[in-house]
Amino acid sequence: MKADKAGVLTGSHVLNGNQACAEGALAAGCRFLGLYPIVPSIEVSERFLARAPEVGATFIQMEDEISALAAVLGASWTGKKSMTVTSGPGLSLMMEHLGLGIMLETPCVIADIQSVGPGLGLPTHAAQGDMMQARWGSHGDYEIVALAPSSPQEMFDFTIKAFNFSERYRIPVAIMSDAYVAQLEETVVIPPADQINIETRRYYEGAKDSYLPFKRDKDFVPPMVDIGQGYRFHVTGLTHDDRGYPIMFEECQEYNVHPLMWKVRNAVDKIVEVQETNTDDAEVVVISYGATSRAVLKAIKQARESGIKAGGLKLVTVWPFPEKRVTELAKKAKAIVVPEMNFGQIVLEVERNGYGEANIFFLPHGDKGAEYSEDILAAIKRASQTSEAKSGIIEIS
Amino acid sequence: MMETPKTDEKQEIHPMENLLRMDRMPHIWCPTCGIGLAVTAFTAALEKANIDPNTVSIVSGIGCTGRVAGYVKLDSFHTTHGRPIAFATGIKVASPKTKVVVFSGDGDLMAIGGNHFIHAARRNIDMLVVCVNNFIYAMTGGQVAPTTPLAAYATTSPYGCVEPPFNIPYLAESSGAVYVARWTTLHIRRLTNSLTEALQKTGFSVVEAISPCGMYYSRINRLGDGLDMMRFYHDNVEIRHGEDTKNLDIGFQTKIICGKFVDRERPSYNERYNQWLSEVKTAGRHSKGQKGSKK
Amino acid sequence: MKADPRGVLTGVYYIDGDVAAGYGALAAGCKFVAGYPITPSTEAFEAICHRGPQVGAVFIQMEDELGSISAIIGATWSGVKTMTITSGPGYSLMQECIGFGAMLETPFVLLNIQRGGPSTGVPTKTGQADMMQSRWGSHGDYELIAIAPESPQEMFDYTIKAFNLAEKYRCPIMIMSDECVGHMTEKVVIPEADKIEVEPRRLYTGPAEDYLPFKPEPDLVPKMAKAGDGLKLYITGQTHDERGYPVKDAEYKSKYGRRLVDKIRLNKDKIIELKEEGTDNADVIVVSYGISSRVAIKGVELAREKGIKVGTLRLVTVWPFPDEKMSELAKKAKAFVVPEINYGQVVYDVARCAHGRANVVLVPHGGAGVHNPNDIADAIEMAAKEDKKIEGLIEFKTRLEKSVFEGGFKLKE
Repeated sequence: MKADKAGVLTGSHVLNGNQACAEGALAAGCRFLGLYPIVPSIEVSERFLARAPEVGATFIQMEDEISALAAVLGASWTGKKSMTVTSGPGLSLMMEHLGLGIMLETPCVIADIQSVGPGLGLPTHAAQGDMMQARWGSHGDYEIVALAPSSPQEMFDFTIKAFNFSERYRIPVAIMSDAYVAQLEETVVIPPADQINIETRRYYEGAKDSYLPFKRDKDFVPPMVDIGQGYRFHVTGLTHDDRGYPIMFEECQEYNVHPLMWKVRNAVDKIVEVQETNTDDAEVVVISYGATSRAVLKAIKQARESGIKAGGLKLVTVWPFPEKRVTELAKKAKAIVVPEMNFGQIVLEVERNGYGEANIFFLPHGDKGAEYSEDILAAIKRASQTSEAKSGIIEIS
Repeated sequence: MMETPKTDEKQEIHPMENLLRMDRMPHIWCPTCGIGLAVTAFTAALEKANIDPNTVSIVSGIGCTGRVAGYVKLDSFHTTHGRPIAFATGIKVASPKTKVVVFSGDGDLMAIGGNHFIHAARRNIDMLVVCVNNFIYAMTGGQVAPTTPLAAYATTSPYGCVEPPFNIPYLAESSGAVYVARWTTLHIRRLTNSLTEALQKTGFSVVEAISPCGMYYSRINRLGDGLDMMRFYHDNVEIRHGEDTKNLDIGFQTKIICGKFVDRERPSYNERYNQWLSEVKTAGRHSKGQKGSKK
Repeated sequence: MKADPRGVLTGVYYIDGDVAAGYGALAAGCKFVAGYPITPSTEAFEAICHRGPQVGAVFIQMEDELGSISAIIGATWSGVKTMTITSGPGYSLMQECIGFGAMLETPFVLLNIQRGGPSTGVPTKTGQADMMQSRWGSHGDYELIAIAPESPQEMFDYTIKAFNLAEKYRCPIMIMSDECVGHMTEKVVIPEADKIEVEPRRLYTGPAEDYLPFKPEPDLVPKMAKAGDGLKLYITGQTHDERGYPVKDAEYKSKYGRRLVDKIRLNKDKIIELKEEGTDNADVIVVSYGISSRVAIKGVELAREKGIKVGTLRLVTVWPFPDEKMSELAKKAKAFVVPEINYGQVVYDVARCAHGRANVVLVPHGGAGVHNPNDIADAIEMAAKEDKKIEGLIEFKTRLEKSVFEGGFKLKE
């Protein structure tokens, strides 16, 4: 389906990442924002609120992040595409409701504008320290889709993507941005509504009395209905059967929870997206995501100029992790360099999928941050000069 | 005369069958628990208030009363502990035509959910909150609750409760609720009437239903079984409509004051929101600079 | 230092794991517990409510889990040893303050009796699906220590160990137990107080004007102080310098934030505890923790009866993860078999450290029950027979999965 014109601000604009995220949401058809203010995510809400009346969207500022996501889940069941936006401490508070969203299979989008943690950390400075939290932060088993934009344009594009994934698989989807991309102002081109593809909610179309809220289609995704249509369905965070009624046996746990994993794991090839630069002949591959990948492009160019065959793999979807592609590259390349604005998160996934085929160098959040291209260049140089194979992650200080 | 089981079944149809999930019976509540009575009163009120059940969404949290959403045949959500009001707020704001009911217990709504309770009341979100108060956390086995009277025993107050409890009607009124009533599950007719009135009200309405917990509260405090509790309510409830809510504290086995205490008008969240929206649309207050600087 | 006899209920008991953990906390000198009732952890809190006042420990039931963990962090800074107790959903709610506690370098113990998830899941039955959450659940970079006991006796012993580690490294310690161990009733021996080693708080004793709350000792752990000693502490969750004052520039992330992870990573060898058996010439090594390692014993026995050379590695401390040990074993063995009551968590770290040298087989279980030992035995046999190196996790199809998804299965209520 094509996007609803009402939300699409077609044209070329200078926007920061946060504003672009709000525009992306409106273009994707998001009509409800549950929010609680937290630096550095404020402009998403401000933009959304300013535009809400003319687009016909609603919003509410709740009393905390816990209730913000709770309200989003409730709103999603009314048939409105819904989202919330937050930063580290707020994301931690949302962890319980992320699990509820998974269990109720409620489509929604959570935008996390990462700043330095743990605790309050440095609220105005960029970091990528919540990447593993997005995947593992709620209790129990689940799979998630997480996208990492690296520019305001991508904030717009990926936000639409996020809504589409959330509707297709009936899952909460995370946009893992950071303070750097969020504050960065660049030109954002918003295409006409008829050029934006929107995934519509997969509605149940059968007879009212035979509706089962968790009866799965072949791809393990159950069709949904809105409230107020006379279905009078029941959903619960407890382990449940097709009717949504709780059953407390291990058979039901298997019946309920295993497909929650499958619906994402089986669709990995359809979800995973990467962007590659010069990887064909690369000896050193830099794997990065989000803001860091901007500096990587520059470092790769400089490395090539100095005669090092460097290439880049940028993760558009960090979760699910592009396991196969990383393994292929590890086999071809001599070394992999992973710069991250944290002290080692996604590099662990790279190590796991490298199967010891290539040396893995990790460039942590340094004095100037892993987004600093000269540090990345130095890391590429060191990686290309190390000839013997090493086990484990080699951390560059 | 011997009857066939089939006719038996026919005769035992629950009068509220159309509003209950009969395929989930029997329910999990213990014998002599009052939650079932509160549910009956609620379903009766729904009929009395003449509300189309298809337009009603019911949200529960966690706990014994948290299971209500699972037995009522409406669009029903069993959510997380303490957050049904927040979840319901999302439903009401995104879909103003929906009639939203939160049905949960005292621990869920007043302890972990206390913050959402006062904020929804402050905003005057149009919803009915039914709070079944049994003075204890029963689902987890009898821990002290924010409503447990002073000196009462619980598994986590083995030497007697030392914390003063919340006076729910007082908290609701001072936070901004437009309708506040309290009954016990003995007062089934009055409870039904209050629920009916509350359902017809626009704004944040709170009905507290005091319920016996024969399994934990009465047992730990040696108060007999559920029937003894009902007798206690019969002998010790005083009905005082319009009583100042600050006089409604409940002590351990003291008199319980019931009645309708608050019934007032305040613009609801949705009313204020729509008013704001129409102003913005006509005056265009926020039109300046909202489209981003085109360069 | 020896334990204070007041808190040690010396004797032989027949109690469940939850209660044993409660008694362990009291024996370790825990003087403050804040909690919120949640199945299946309530018995531990109740044990402390009953016994605590007799031995001088204070408890408070807070209004929710966020309040509970905040209260214990505050209480710790008043100078006492503290603990909170919860399960899955409560654990998710505590995530913000776990990071806060790590940032403040506050020693405390968090007992998580895991149950079936996600969300409300199966409150009364077991699971091990919060393992990765215990490592990654809060935002930002931090490291902490997680212990997985497998019996009520260990619930007692390792709760004491947890308190000792907390004091030693000034960080939150997670006891990642589960409903099965928590509700399992067995013999628990509580020794005399003079046989229990407890770590005292590393308190600063120098002059007040020289105290820096975050100035590291050689092992990277700073000395602690308590409120009310006239030191005029300033403690904040913002990134801070040695004085505890908030800093504003990003460079301090590496200057000060880095130590939070390094103090655990560099002391890893002293922290990690493993139980290893028969790994020297094993073809297949079963890696497990908590209740799964008890269930695995039977599976290993069955496989050994078939003549397969099986070794076992039990992770007593799951985090920090024994990277080097695992890589070393991967060089020797053909495959790892990892039974977990989840759909793949710690197995990812096993696979990571195997570096492609050994195959990795996951024996999953969704929770609400434990593994069928025959599944573990079959997985071992499958792994032993496989001579090729296989990329990616090999997910063993359990009997439960087959029975639910293959053939005419009908859910019974």
